[in-house]
Amino acid sequence: MRLELRENTSIPRLTAAILIAVGVAMAVCSVLIIWAGASPIEGWHLMIKGALGSRFALSETLTRATPLIFTGLAAAVAFRAKLWNIGGEGQFYIGACVAVLLGTRGANLSPLVMIPYLFAAGAIAGGLFLLVPTLLKTYLNVDEVVTTLLLNFVVLLFVNWLVFGPWKDPMSMGWPQSAPVVDAAMLPILLAKTRLHLGFAVAVLSAVFVWWFMAYTTWGFEMRAVGAGLKASTFAGMPITRTIVRTALLSGGLAAMAGVSELCGVKGYLTTDLSPGFGYTGIVVAMLAALNPLGIVASAIFVAIIYIGADFMSRAINISNYIADVTTAVSLLSVLMAVFLTKYRIKRG
Amino acid sequence: MNDAILTVSHITKRFGTIVANEDISFSLGKGEIVALLGENGAGKTTLMSILFGHYVADSGTIEVFGKKLVEGSPRASLKAGVGMVHQHFTLAGNMGVLENIMLGTESLTCLKSNPGKAKKKLNALMERFGLTVNPKALVKDLSVGEQQRVEILKVLYRDARILILDEPTAVLTPQESDSLFETLSHLVKEGLSVIFITHKMREVLAASHRCIVLRRGRVVFASETCKTNAKTLARAMVGSDLPKIFRQRQIPGKEVLSLRDITLVDKNGKKSLTGLNLSLKSNQILGIAGVSGNGQSQLADMISGLVPTYEGQILLDSKVVSHISPRRMITEGVGRIPDDRTGTGLISDMSVMENVASKDYGQFPFSKRGLLQFKAIAARANRLVKKFDVRCPGIDTQVRQLSGGNMQKLILARELSGSPRIILANQPTWGLDVGAASHVHRQLLKAAEDGAGVLIISEDLDELFQVADKICVMYHGRLSDSQDADSVDRAHLGLIMSGQAAFHDGEKNET
Amino acid sequence: MDLMGFFMETGFWMACIRMATPLIFGTLGELICERAGVLNLGIEGIMAAGCMGGWMWVYLGGSLWTGIVFAAFIGAVFGLLHAGFTVFLGLSQHVTGLGITLLGSSLSAYVFRMLLPKATTPPKIVPFQALEIPFLGDIPFLGEIFFSQTALTYLALAAIIFVAFVLFKTPLGLALRMVGENPMAVEAQGLNVFYLRTLAVCAGSAMMAVGGAFLTMSAFDAYYIGMVNGRGWICIALVVFSSWKPFKALAGCLLFAAFDAIQMRVQQQAGMAIPYQFYLMLPYVFSIVALVIMSRKAAYPNALLIPFRKGER
Repeated sequence: MRLELRENTSIPRLTAAILIAVGVAMAVCSVLIIWAGASPIEGWHLMIKGALGSRFALSETLTRATPLIFTGLAAAVAFRAKLWNIGGEGQFYIGACVAVLLGTRGANLSPLVMIPYLFAAGAIAGGLFLLVPTLLKTYLNVDEVVTTLLLNFVVLLFVNWLVFGPWKDPMSMGWPQSAPVVDAAMLPILLAKTRLHLGFAVAVLSAVFVWWFMAYTTWGFEMRAVGAGLKASTFAGMPITRTIVRTALLSGGLAAMAGVSELCGVKGYLTTDLSPGFGYTGIVVAMLAALNPLGIVASAIFVAIIYIGADFMSRAINISNYIADVTTAVSLLSVLMAVFLTKYRIKRG
Repeated sequence: MNDAILTVSHITKRFGTIVANEDISFSLGKGEIVALLGENGAGKTTLMSILFGHYVADSGTIEVFGKKLVEGSPRASLKAGVGMVHQHFTLAGNMGVLENIMLGTESLTCLKSNPGKAKKKLNALMERFGLTVNPKALVKDLSVGEQQRVEILKVLYRDARILILDEPTAVLTPQESDSLFETLSHLVKEGLSVIFITHKMREVLAASHRCIVLRRGRVVFASETCKTNAKTLARAMVGSDLPKIFRQRQIPGKEVLSLRDITLVDKNGKKSLTGLNLSLKSNQILGIAGVSGNGQSQLADMISGLVPTYEGQILLDSKVVSHISPRRMITEGVGRIPDDRTGTGLISDMSVMENVASKDYGQFPFSKRGLLQFKAIAARANRLVKKFDVRCPGIDTQVRQLSGGNMQKLILARELSGSPRIILANQPTWGLDVGAASHVHRQLLKAAEDGAGVLIISEDLDELFQVADKICVMYHGRLSDSQDADSVDRAHLGLIMSGQAAFHDGEKNET
Repeated sequence: MDLMGFFMETGFWMACIRMATPLIFGTLGELICERAGVLNLGIEGIMAAGCMGGWMWVYLGGSLWTGIVFAAFIGAVFGLLHAGFTVFLGLSQHVTGLGITLLGSSLSAYVFRMLLPKATTPPKIVPFQALEIPFLGDIPFLGEIFFSQTALTYLALAAIIFVAFVLFKTPLGLALRMVGENPMAVEAQGLNVFYLRTLAVCAGSAMMAVGGAFLTMSAFDAYYIGMVNGRGWICIALVVFSSWKPFKALAGCLLFAAFDAIQMRVQQQAGMAIPYQFYLMLPYVFSIVALVIMSRKAAYPNALLIPFRKGER
């Protein structure tokens, strides 16, 4: 077996490959639906219906996609620069904590001030938090994959302590949750009678911004160059450490914005189940979009469809909603393979 | 020398649209040394890789000792008695010599390995062929010559009857090469047969019984070595008479780069440069010869600005530079051509345009207030691609799609376009065919005519004789006095390269 | 707080070795993969799959030992998947590994929910019981600590010796180490790089899965979702800490488990003075600290993360 490099891969071809891969993934996962005793056509139909079948369903899907766009962008930015930030989950909670810390006081601020202020503060905190493993990597050669992963557990335990301890809301009837943020900090609803909030718009704008930033600014150019060839970038005189630091700040910041948006947009208070793994799913979202910031909006919505649809499907037929996690994992692997096949062809010899 | 033990018939191999080997046939007799001659890209290595089972031929057969060889399996080739010494040694540096040799010789299902027995066999081999290495040493601690010996022992240990050597002298001093050829003649006296790949005529004439010349994947000439001469071979190899590089002697101007007493210690505490002195003048081409691994890459890194800490002084235009970095060297007008094109010189996953801009994207007019100006970047890239004759479908092409020669032209385009005052070229023609190599040489000569000081580091003495005004030798992290390229004696350079002749005039050599 | 008191207690040391067991399996498994040049970030998911698979096998009526074999088999299958992507196609080991982890964790949860849809309290099995070794177990203190564990712990200790022997004393081990240092050298000596790496990844993944199975079949008697809880990641840190050497890995796992055991004891004694969450953080923090200390001089296998492609040199 031998791999042969293909000529330049066009965007339409890449998109087609990804779509085919997602189809293959869904076909594979049909086996799980059949095992549950349902027909896969019915299953996928229910899933689509549950996620897109009504105005409300659609709004739920977009609400779920919101944090995924942020964490997907966070992963994409970092992975582009070959900074393996697997700590999106931790940075998410850092952002959420900052939102609670600053958002539960200052009731007299206008939402016009409060909301940007919370996003900014959360982003800075998340960025600085990712800076720790990044600097350990840069100066002490500590593998950032493991440190960012382990920090997720540390942060989650910290949040656990906060909501069981000092931040526990006395009005919560004993539930482990923080006090809610003030009304001015709550993100306005975009669509009446739904939960779709301003965070979605911020997320889409962030995606456009990141796309523009990576493609058109010198800093973005440096990030791409450092990721594609560290040695060559060093040789060409690029500021490597500064670029990595900028990457970390941007990536950590985006993941933390997911936390702010989710906290101020959906729940309003902090709990330990604020994120059902948005940080990790963001990695899948980023890979499904082949790290393209605009593609991330689409892939986040796709993943959200799977999750929201799976919840609906599991209520309608006797099937566990963990099928959503399985489907996204299989999609990740099959998209990886598809993207690979657009770059190489497999030959004998 | 009459009964063929190896017969290659009608081998053809294509990679995509490129034909690497076309209808090649030849045979090898017992106790024979055959030289496979050809310029870079002629298909020599591909042919030998097919013979050794790295590749599968599209068509054609290979017979060893009258039996058809199973294709695509190094294991089958080894079993049939074919062994190969690769140009880039296939050794694991962090492991011992004996471990490297024993690998794959015992059955993988065997419950316990037997290093004692292996050592005995190895010792016997070393004695029989006069090749000594310390079996316990780690490979990374050995010199290049010793590593090559390990490679040869590896092949002998597997009882190979046919030995293939790919560019065996590329990394050796002339003296080491001589001793290698002595070893080879010893081997054929013991009944082995040898094929060696080279692009150096001298070696063919000195060491082979028969020679085969490849050009563009075809056998264009074959003869007994005693019946041919260098000129015939050269013409066969290139297809025409060698293009003469026209070198005009320049009168060197003022000093543009000077290194004084440079000492460099790596993180393991090993000195890679020790008290190195160098002086480069404008309009001058200074060649640095030497066997690789004597500090050339560290010297190149240093002038590229990649080494932040060192002892000694660097002077640019007679001014001491206090702190060096790649950026600093670029702004000082140093054009740098690294030896590693795809890893260091270029970012292979980015486009031609982006690579052209990779060192000055931050300056006007290529960016304004942190925003890239694609119009200016593309316009310049198009201009340079045309001027330096980089063959590519467009400036959006990813660099990885380019051939080696075009990659090197792209690097030249980027590095020479700003009329640098100093040019560092590390192995600038490595792996290029004659056409591309002479293109590179012409560009460097032209830069020197225009007033730049050019430093060429090369392991190929012939290259230095062709282009350099002065030549000095690097050995154990130091640089010998430079000598006029017209008057220097090749054998004497060889002696300095192996540390056997005095380094400076009137000095006794310390090593 | 009487720290010295713990070290005299046999209970403390027994807990220590017990807690080290899954880490030993996981670390050894990862060590084998990395020695052959493949980073296996699938470890967390593979442990989850072994954890659920072994338990489910026993719950559905299989014997304990066939359950272990089954867990190992599941691990090997995931390993094969990882190898297919990273070894044969040369895809990013980071991303593939994370994908395997997501797949392993989610598939275990799905299968568990599908097979036991109505279980509100986690059902239980009869796990491995402590197996006292005659004579050796009677030695006071040391005998009690080392020789009154469950069979899987003995298996873990034996696995260390076995892995060390295979890696350093057999031709196969030489080939595996070499393939992680310079695959070209292996290819040139007539061995198949792809098969060797695949073998290492499958064997390593099987060990990881057994480590996961220990959690449900020996340390505890039930399965719940999210049970592995970062142990896999800790194992990856421990591999660096052990400089890719099996016996150092044992030392690392024991040291780590000792810290873990200490924090549990201190937590019990100190009461609420320091919130328990901070004690629970300690294993993760220790792992990071251990990484920071060891990373500067860490000599990674030379070909780690670098895919081998035939004919590319």
